[in-house]
Amino acid sequence: MSDAYDVIVVGGGPGGYVCAIRCAQLGLKTAVVERDRMGGICLNWGCIPTKALLRSSEIWHLMHRLNEFGFSADNFKFDIAKIVARSRAVSKQLSDGVSFLMKKHKITVIPGEAELTAKDKLSVTKDGKSADYTAKNIVLATGARARTLPGLEPDGKLIWTYREAMIPESFPKSLVVVGSGAIGIEFASFYRTLGAEVTVVEVLDRVLPVEDEEISAFAAKAFTKQGMKLKVGTQVTELKKGADNVTCTLKDKAGKTEQLTVDRVILAMGIVGNVENIGLEAAGIKVEKTHVVAGKYGETGVDGVWAIGDLVGAPWLAHKAMHEGVIVAEKIAGVKGVHPLNTSNVPGCTYCWPQVASVGLTEAAAKATGRKIKVGKFPFIGNGKAIALGEAEGLVKTVFDAETGELLGAHMIGAEVTELIQGYTIAKSGELTDQELAHTIFPHPTLSEMMHEAVLAADGAALHI
Amino acid sequence: MATNILMPALSPTMEEGKLAKWLVKEGDTVKSGDILAEIETDKATMEFEAVDEGKIGKILVPEGSEGVKVNAPIAVLLDEGEKADAVVDISAAMKDIKAAVKAEVAPKAEAKTEAPKAAAPAAPASGGGATPQTSKTDGARLFASPLARRIAATKGVDLSALSGSGPRGRIVKSDVENAKPGAAKPAAAGAPAAAAGGIPGVAPLPDARLLYPAGSYVETPHDSMRKAIAKRLTSAKTLIPHYYLTVDCNLDALMAAREKMNAAAPKGKDKVPAYKLSVNDFIIKASAMALMKHPDVNASWTDTAILRHKDADVGVAVALDFGLITPIIFKAQTKGLVEISAEVKSLAARAKEKKLKPSEYEGGGFSVSNLGMYGIKNFTSIINPPQSCIIAVGAGEQRAIVKDGKLDIGVVMTVTMSADHRVVDGGTGAKFLQTLKTFIEEPASMLL
Repeated sequence: MSDAYDVIVVGGGPGGYVCAIRCAQLGLKTAVVERDRMGGICLNWGCIPTKALLRSSEIWHLMHRLNEFGFSADNFKFDIAKIVARSRAVSKQLSDGVSFLMKKHKITVIPGEAELTAKDKLSVTKDGKSADYTAKNIVLATGARARTLPGLEPDGKLIWTYREAMIPESFPKSLVVVGSGAIGIEFASFYRTLGAEVTVVEVLDRVLPVEDEEISAFAAKAFTKQGMKLKVGTQVTELKKGADNVTCTLKDKAGKTEQLTVDRVILAMGIVGNVENIGLEAAGIKVEKTHVVAGKYGETGVDGVWAIGDLVGAPWLAHKAMHEGVIVAEKIAGVKGVHPLNTSNVPGCTYCWPQVASVGLTEAAAKATGRKIKVGKFPFIGNGKAIALGEAEGLVKTVFDAETGELLGAHMIGAEVTELIQGYTIAKSGELTDQELAHTIFPHPTLSEMMHEAVLAADGAALHI
Repeated sequence: MATNILMPALSPTMEEGKLAKWLVKEGDTVKSGDILAEIETDKATMEFEAVDEGKIGKILVPEGSEGVKVNAPIAVLLDEGEKADAVVDISAAMKDIKAAVKAEVAPKAEAKTEAPKAAAPAAPASGGGATPQTSKTDGARLFASPLARRIAATKGVDLSALSGSGPRGRIVKSDVENAKPGAAKPAAAGAPAAAAGGIPGVAPLPDARLLYPAGSYVETPHDSMRKAIAKRLTSAKTLIPHYYLTVDCNLDALMAAREKMNAAAPKGKDKVPAYKLSVNDFIIKASAMALMKHPDVNASWTDTAILRHKDADVGVAVALDFGLITPIIFKAQTKGLVEISAEVKSLAARAKEKKLKPSEYEGGGFSVSNLGMYGIKNFTSIINPPQSCIIAVGAGEQRAIVKDGKLDIGVVMTVTMSADHRVVDGGTGAKFLQTLKTFIEEPASMLL
């Protein structure tokens, strides 16, 4: 079967399906190739199902504080199977929703695995059968998968990646999480809150290493208080599988080793791009460190072939992929005034407890640019809404250029900060300075008032501290 | 306590001026009423008096500085015994002055109230002032991010000379960072580039210097008046929808009346007549009387309303060696020919010495421009905003005229009125000219 499209998007994840919708909106005849379920990792094995799991663990956490809020109950239990079932149902609902969106926008969904055979041709294989498709533009959005290292390979039973960690058949009593980025920490937080003994091993000097140092330290303190064990500056050198457990050999910076036997291990050491078997080499598309090298508008250097999302480069976040999808769609359609994505305006969120959210430069990175900066901080304990919610643990921090008032970065830890960060992101995108933020009225009583206070604090003018 | 002496506003619309000359020096003691400096605005040079007494601690703006923003500190006045740098942060003030002076090349700020804000020393808590460059051409809003504005102000980049790469052409940080400070628009490239650069799809005019070999011309930098003329007339001719009406007026009756009146002028001891009425004096009077009959012409446009003026304030274009100015005969409808004549002479003489006060040339409801004395037969003028109409008066000359079916000779003068179509429609303008023609041809009818 052969058919000519304006655009075929390879991969139905958040970057791919959003790109397809935008293409269809702009009047382009569009198809998406997906080998599994629409929505990609994000909807099926990432962002969304983990949020469903973490919601369950949050409720569990609150149940242990019933008395504080004036309730009493005893003998409450959780059923991991039901928690997982709910998470799967949430994924399915959203994945079906994306399929519906494809239909609504008259986008053809082609099931199978695609390979570039020419700059305007794809061969799609499904169940051993292949079909060729032609398109004026091909957008590669094949995403990424968990990174593995020699000796640290998942087996899907005792040694997990995010995928198995999301659908445990039984609840592990003890866990080692390798890697303390967003994925590792979210699972660590989920399992610890539900009562597992969790040890997080991080090769770098601190947990959540991409976050601001102060936020990292704050998080480490909170996690430790919750009973999580954090081993930073430490490597896992060996995983030895037992019948129903794994013995991990850990080596710290000083070379000291220790053995730790746990029920399960979760590997969260980053991701690698899905660059294999899609015909990149033959097409002459450059790949560096498992990622496609693309220009600021997703150009691959091969006319009519574009690349977006995790396949391309950091930050590896769904919303970054979606935005790139829109940029490429608009470039293809010839929309005027398309702007490239500014990575310093991409917010990052980690849904552990307490939540972490940030945008832009950390204090250290801002200092390293050599400019004069000013920093504002405001703690949750100074905020009425936080206290009323019983969530008085947290910090909001702003980093400004002292001379121009440019918001260089914002960093938050505490309840609901993942919902708040967009305020600072708007400020950064619109190039508002400290003055506009200082003159903005934030509603009372809300957690957002802390964002205002953290701006004022940069000039020593915070009001409630 | 030390206080800043601020650049005065010599008229309600003044935004900046040239500090032409200091009449005091650092260390001088001054008292209220002493003349401190001469300030040159677009059209006049005025003396600036001290309001308080004290000692001049520091002169912040050297004489000859152009484009000094109103309310920018120009000197520091000290109380007795105080040291020059005692209280006021001179360097901060200097920074503001520099910014204000740099901003001078920019077209005037959209909102007058922004100017003092820009020039005022930055409040330490808020860490910076607003930027003065807020408009592309007079009245047109300039879209720039707050951060771009701040960086432009510190770098001395003229935002109006940049094109924005942000959403809907908004000027963003990277546009300003890529611009060279001050180089965005050389001062001498001047008004045409700025005006044309501001209109989408219109290419800016090239710098004329690029088209002539170096040394083949004498370069005269613009003075305040030249800049004002360029700016105002470019705006007026670009933004006002002009249209033109031409009428011939027979001056036979007027010339006869004028001769009789001038002959009847009493003579003083030196045998100089008390007055000598010109044709132009009659035209001013006739214009004033016609304006009273046609208030729709004696009007000004605003974005939300038309302002109809109650008095006939008639501007008279006066050519100067160094430019031109249009002083105003206020309430000309109430004044006799002798009074008008004397006033025009006095205004013209003072204009030539740059001694007019802004209140003598700002406003008005109508203008008369007369090039008849140069033998010009007919021409068109550019409307002098905020007025809506101006008449261009040619020479009164003997022409063949047809009267009652017969060829005759008469003194005829051609008048061409430029009108702002937003305010004055064709029929309205024509009726006014008809009345004006009647008053000029039959001066006695003005008495009716």
